[in-house]
Amino acid sequence: MMMSKTIGVVSLLLLMSMFLALTAGKYPLSLGQINELIFSSHLSSDPRLSIVFWQIRLPRMLAAILVGASLSAAGTAYQGMFRNPLVSPDILGVSAGAGLGASAAILLGLPMLFIQAFAFTGGITVVVLVCVIAKFTRRQDPVLSLVLIGIAIGTLCGAGISLIKVFADPYIELPSITFWLLGGLNSITLDDIAIAMPLILIGLLPLFLLRWRMNLSSLPDDEAKAIGVNVTRLRIIFIISATLITACTVSIAGIIGWVGLVVPHICRTLIGANNQQLLPLSMAVGAILLLFTDTIARSVGTVELPLGIITALIGAPFFLILLMRRERL
Amino acid sequence: MTIVNFNHADIGYNRHPVLRDVSFTVKTGEVCCLLGTNGCGKTTIIRSLLGILPLKGGSIQLHDKALHLWNTTELAQTVAYVPQAHDGPFAFSVLDMVMMGRCTHLKLFSQPGVKDRALAMELLLMLDIAHLAKRQYPSLSGGERQLVLIARALIQQPTLLIMDEPAASLDFGHQITLLERIRTLKKEGMTVLMSTHHPMHAKAVADKVVLVAKDQPIQQGSINDMLSAKRLTTLYGVQESDIRNHLGLDI
Repeated sequence: MMMSKTIGVVSLLLLMSMFLALTAGKYPLSLGQINELIFSSHLSSDPRLSIVFWQIRLPRMLAAILVGASLSAAGTAYQGMFRNPLVSPDILGVSAGAGLGASAAILLGLPMLFIQAFAFTGGITVVVLVCVIAKFTRRQDPVLSLVLIGIAIGTLCGAGISLIKVFADPYIELPSITFWLLGGLNSITLDDIAIAMPLILIGLLPLFLLRWRMNLSSLPDDEAKAIGVNVTRLRIIFIISATLITACTVSIAGIIGWVGLVVPHICRTLIGANNQQLLPLSMAVGAILLLFTDTIARSVGTVELPLGIITALIGAPFFLILLMRRERL
Repeated sequence: MTIVNFNHADIGYNRHPVLRDVSFTVKTGEVCCLLGTNGCGKTTIIRSLLGILPLKGGSIQLHDKALHLWNTTELAQTVAYVPQAHDGPFAFSVLDMVMMGRCTHLKLFSQPGVKDRALAMELLLMLDIAHLAKRQYPSLSGGERQLVLIARALIQQPTLLIMDEPAASLDFGHQITLLERIRTLKKEGMTVLMSTHHPMHAKAVADKVVLVAKDQPIQQGSINDMLSAKRLTTLYGVQESDIRNHLGLDI
């Protein structure tokens, strides 16, 4: 697809999905009501309108944009950096590691900032472990071994999370850990976003500024070095940034799978592999995907569905279709 | 003027020395071919010159300065490397692949601009592959990929081009095209150090040949001196008559 056409379509879809996220739901809001709530100084006749908009819809919309864009950016960075189109924050085990850290923090009854710090520590520990073990499995197929190591470490973290659940208070901590691990934006407040946003932006900034060099990090090490790239330094920057972003999203929205894997693939088929365009497009498409899925999660059925279930239901079949198309990923 | 000077260099990986006492020189404007059997250490020599493999002993001088004193950026502005054509994990366009070579001339947060793009197109035109600019690199034939990698190396604007068996996986037609392009580069004053499996390729383009063999001293000299049937017999371990029959050479 032509670049300008792609940008136009994606911008339109983003606006549409934002509009839907604010208006659709069990308590529908019209554009006029939203306009009145934002720009009018006098209180609305129905206080429920104000609560639905300011305390539920707006934080959820902002969170969907933030989490979708972040997971997609992290996925794009991990795929480029590991020269492996099959990795993503969840497949590498980073999400599970961050989940383990965050669960431990919830068990200890720690505040949000500590949940994020624990999530980051868990995530970065998993990436380092995966990298170290990958060095010992050099004789195996590198693409496959990285995925398998990620799955194994992720399973270990899953076991750790289950253990925490056993020790958690069944009335207070356990339901909170369980529902949070399923992934969802239902309990996010503007305060959560205010804490997570600066950290996510700190992680996104280097990825965005170095996105052209992300292309170079996908070259074999010898070639990258001969071109003049400090591969080690670049890779460390990408690992820390992508892991910080993943950990922050996990700490506010739980483990939301598939977005980081599928979105970069969709975008590569649209505009190619150059990260100069791929990274911003992935972020926009990730935001759109999460806005749509979150709107579906809270609008379909009588009970709100956890977001992680819907992204898996959409992501997994889509990924299988991509694989069957036999095109280069 | 001497660009490269291997001075009694010992080269190898960790505890496995591959070559000992490597000494040869490459002068400005020369095309120098490394010739030897599989696993004899041609790629090891190349990797050591790229600063990827540290020396175990001796020294390598590049433009009269010890190689270990060059930083990554300086080295990439002086020496460019053309690996064997490969299949990357992502489908970058040919133009994107070539522009990766501009890295060494750009600041950390900069991205290639209009001038870099123009330079890339100029090189693609010179190598006769401008029509491939928008194609995806993995969709190209082996020969076309090799030319793209040469363009990527040239956009680094180096004084020395290093090629590792550039014709290894190419069909006959693409081998001829590649050798012709190397001749063109030579006419334009580029210094080239390349490894090859085929003595005829050395004969077609080289000014100097370096014979590399395991557990034997490195030999360097003119094409006529180095490509004698006797030397090739020793190098490859085959009958002298077979070499004469096969290559049909007046050597």
